[in-house]
Amino acid sequence: MLTVSNISVAYGAISALREITFNVEKGEIVTLIGANGAGKTTTLKCISGLIKPRQGEILFEGKKIDRLPAHQITKMGIVQVPEGRKPFVDLTVWENLLLGAFNRPKNEIATALERVFNSFPRLRERLHQRAGTLSGGELQMMAMARGLIANPKLLMLDEPSMGLSPLLVREIFSIIREINRAGTSILLVEQNAFMALKVAHRAYVLETGRIVLSGTASDLIEHPKVKAAYLGE
Amino acid sequence: MQQLINGIQLGFVYALIALGYTMVYGIVRLINFAHGDVFMVGAYLGFFALTSWHLPFPVAIILAMVGCALLGVFIERVAYKPLRRAARISALITAIGVSLFLEYFSSLKFVFGPYFRAYPRPFPIRTFTIAGITISNIQIIVLAVAILLMIALTIFVNRTKTGLAMRAVSFDHDTARLMGIDVDNIISITFGIGAALAGAGGVLYGIAYPQIHPFMGIMPGLKAFIAAVLGGIGIIPGALLGAIIMGIVEKLTEVYISSTLRDAAAFGILILVLLIRPSGILGKKRDEKV
Ligand SMILES: Nc1ncnc2c1ncn2[C@@H]1O[C@H](COP(=O)(O)OP(=O)(O)OP(=O)(O)O)[C@@H](O)[C@H]1O
Ligand SMILES: [Mg+2]
Repeated sequence: MLTVSNISVAYGAISALREITFNVEKGEIVTLIGANGAGKTTTLKCISGLIKPRQGEILFEGKKIDRLPAHQITKMGIVQVPEGRKPFVDLTVWENLLLGAFNRPKNEIATALERVFNSFPRLRERLHQRAGTLSGGELQMMAMARGLIANPKLLMLDEPSMGLSPLLVREIFSIIREINRAGTSILLVEQNAFMALKVAHRAYVLETGRIVLSGTASDLIEHPKVKAAYLGE
Repeated sequence: MQQLINGIQLGFVYALIALGYTMVYGIVRLINFAHGDVFMVGAYLGFFALTSWHLPFPVAIILAMVGCALLGVFIERVAYKPLRRAARISALITAIGVSLFLEYFSSLKFVFGPYFRAYPRPFPIRTFTIAGITISNIQIIVLAVAILLMIALTIFVNRTKTGLAMRAVSFDHDTARLMGIDVDNIISITFGIGAALAGAGGVLYGIAYPQIHPFMGIMPGLKAFIAAVLGGIGIIPGALLGAIIMGIVEKLTEVYISSTLRDAAAFGILILVLLIRPSGILGKKRDEKV
């Protein structure tokens, strides 16, 4: 459903992505792993339209999206949950979720909210709390809920496990699997390569702006290079 | 006490201008120095509506608001939008340029003309004395219209979807985009609303201090800007609070000290705020966002 071909991105004179090519098929969880500064966030921002590629092409369900403004890409069904969660801290959880549902018709919001509470029951009690007062784990849940409530076809998650306790990481990853089972395709960016490879179907390894390895997640988890560089074995 | 009422009246007019400064700053981090001149255009639109077209007073206010909203959106699209990604100083200089343009263009004979004009009174002045305080029907109208508009603005910002989007955009453009919000559109709406409020302020100023000219926007514009800084720029209730303090200080200085010190008092406040509490009365200490 998503095809990224030969994308290059530069920030001023510094090149961040060099001719990246990959794809996500309907129903898949695809993960992009790589060290700090490899270009993972840049890749997601490029797909969601926050930055424009220097060259290359991005197709979503057959349509070219690499020149569209970000809000239109969101409307088409690609939703990015940004790195660091980016909560609207002065707004309540409810208002944050309403923003996530910005382009959904009013009469669908109540059911969408119920669906989101199924995955994140803890948010229900927090609804009228200012987002700035949530804990790290709650913030991640709110950020994912805010993405999910838009009813995305493709959900892009940027380091959902960042800064969470091992227990919470496991909870978040099991929710990711559930979301996927319910029919949403997922593009997952992670530094926690082990967890990401366990939940994903396929994976790409990014190193300084290039894809250096790709394959099924179960193959890559056994790959000596991945083991050495990302799994600390 | 009498002067307090007069000061509050002036403060509410400042507040209508200050709201535009603060909303625009909140959303694009730009001090829109042309804003005082939009206020002037509003005063003139009201003037022509009342004198040349003989429209009733409420229609004149609405016409000034709509005209100024269109002007505000136009200025944003033409002058500021192309500079959104440029250094902040370029937008600031452009704002000063737009301001000068509006002032001198309006001074042309075939536009508003370079002279003072006496503002019509839409109705005869009547005064009432309640408990020793004299208040005129003009003052009541100024206060009532300003308060009504501020209530409408508060409801709009806090209770509507567009208002929510405005709050999201003023926090972070990119995250707002990821929510599917058309940020450019929200910025235009913000400029339009700010300009409409200034336009209403212009008409109210006209009927209260009944003389207008093409440079009339400079001083109220600066004072409203100071009011916005005093209350905490980017914070909507701060604009009202700052403006009322400004209005009262100005009136009290004028009456009890000296009318020549009136403007000095305003700038004195600015210097004091910048020295003591640059984030303003209601402002939180928050890191500058990029
Ligand atoms: N706004 C920017 N301006 C200049 N350089 C940038 C900018 N954003 C990212 N970069 C650079 O681009 C490269 C890729 O950054 P990116 O954020 O995509 O990495 P990442 O893989 O997401 O890293 P991390 O795991 O630390 O989040 C880095 O070298 C980074 O310094
Ligand atoms: Mg990143």
